[in-house]
Amino acid sequence: MRSEDSITGEAVEKLYSRLRRDARAGGYNLNPDEAFTKGLVEGLLINEARYGYWACPCRLADGERALDLDIICPCDYRDPDLVDWGACYCALYVSDAVRDGAQDLAPIPDRRPPEEDREAVAASHDEELVGFTRSGIPVWRCKVCGYLCARTRPPLKCPICKADQDRFERFM
Amino acid sequence: MPDVRSHIEGTHGDVKVLLYALSTCIWCRKARQLLEDESVTFDCVYVDLLDPDERKASRKHIRQFSDRTSFPAIIFDDSDCIVGYKPEKIKERLGI
Repeated sequence: MRSEDSITGEAVEKLYSRLRRDARAGGYNLNPDEAFTKGLVEGLLINEARYGYWACPCRLADGERALDLDIICPCDYRDPDLVDWGACYCALYVSDAVRDGAQDLAPIPDRRPPEEDREAVAASHDEELVGFTRSGIPVWRCKVCGYLCARTRPPLKCPICKADQDRFERFM
Repeated sequence: MPDVRSHIEGTHGDVKVLLYALSTCIWCRKARQLLEDESVTFDCVYVDLLDPDERKASRKHIRQFSDRTSFPAIIFDDSDCIVGYKPEKIKERLGI
């Protein structure tokens, strides 16, 4: 793990280019305000150096991966926020309308439940598990992009958005 | 890494201003820049750089005024708070 003081402009450029390429390939857009976006990319690299993962730069991370899973970029809330607000919480990702200047970019409320409600929200999801597949094989859902697959265990990486295995939840 | 806590002296000091921010957050950076550009006297605390106990205390302080711990959170005169980067509201509250 690198020290956060040793993050170079070159590292920021490299990750920025990679994220932009991946975003386009997946039908997403990075915020076209390059200086703003590179500032967020630097925040991701700082958090990677601090915690070992890309915790959202605009949220207070706990530092324990299991407690921060939902805010690892791209966070669980990106897609619904893009639909409702035209941007994700930190505004790294924006909708086509915001990219094209047809919609203004503004700070948005955090969709993440407050810390005291997070356990209850997770428990209510477990209670929702009522379906069964005929074969008994579970269905897993990628919490980042919504990809579903029927396997005994979730894949190591989401084949659609490349999110890690621990971003999957049991769906059926 | 920026200083965990800093005091910035400006020409507008009538209102006690405390900015809770994250050192990695661009919206927090904008909020700090606004206060500096408007020459406001304020204190800034980077909550992500605090040790765990202090972090807890800061979260508790913010929650006295807001139903969630989001950043930037600016507390005015220890009585009210604006959460999120809302430049017009911030300027209105400060009368500038």
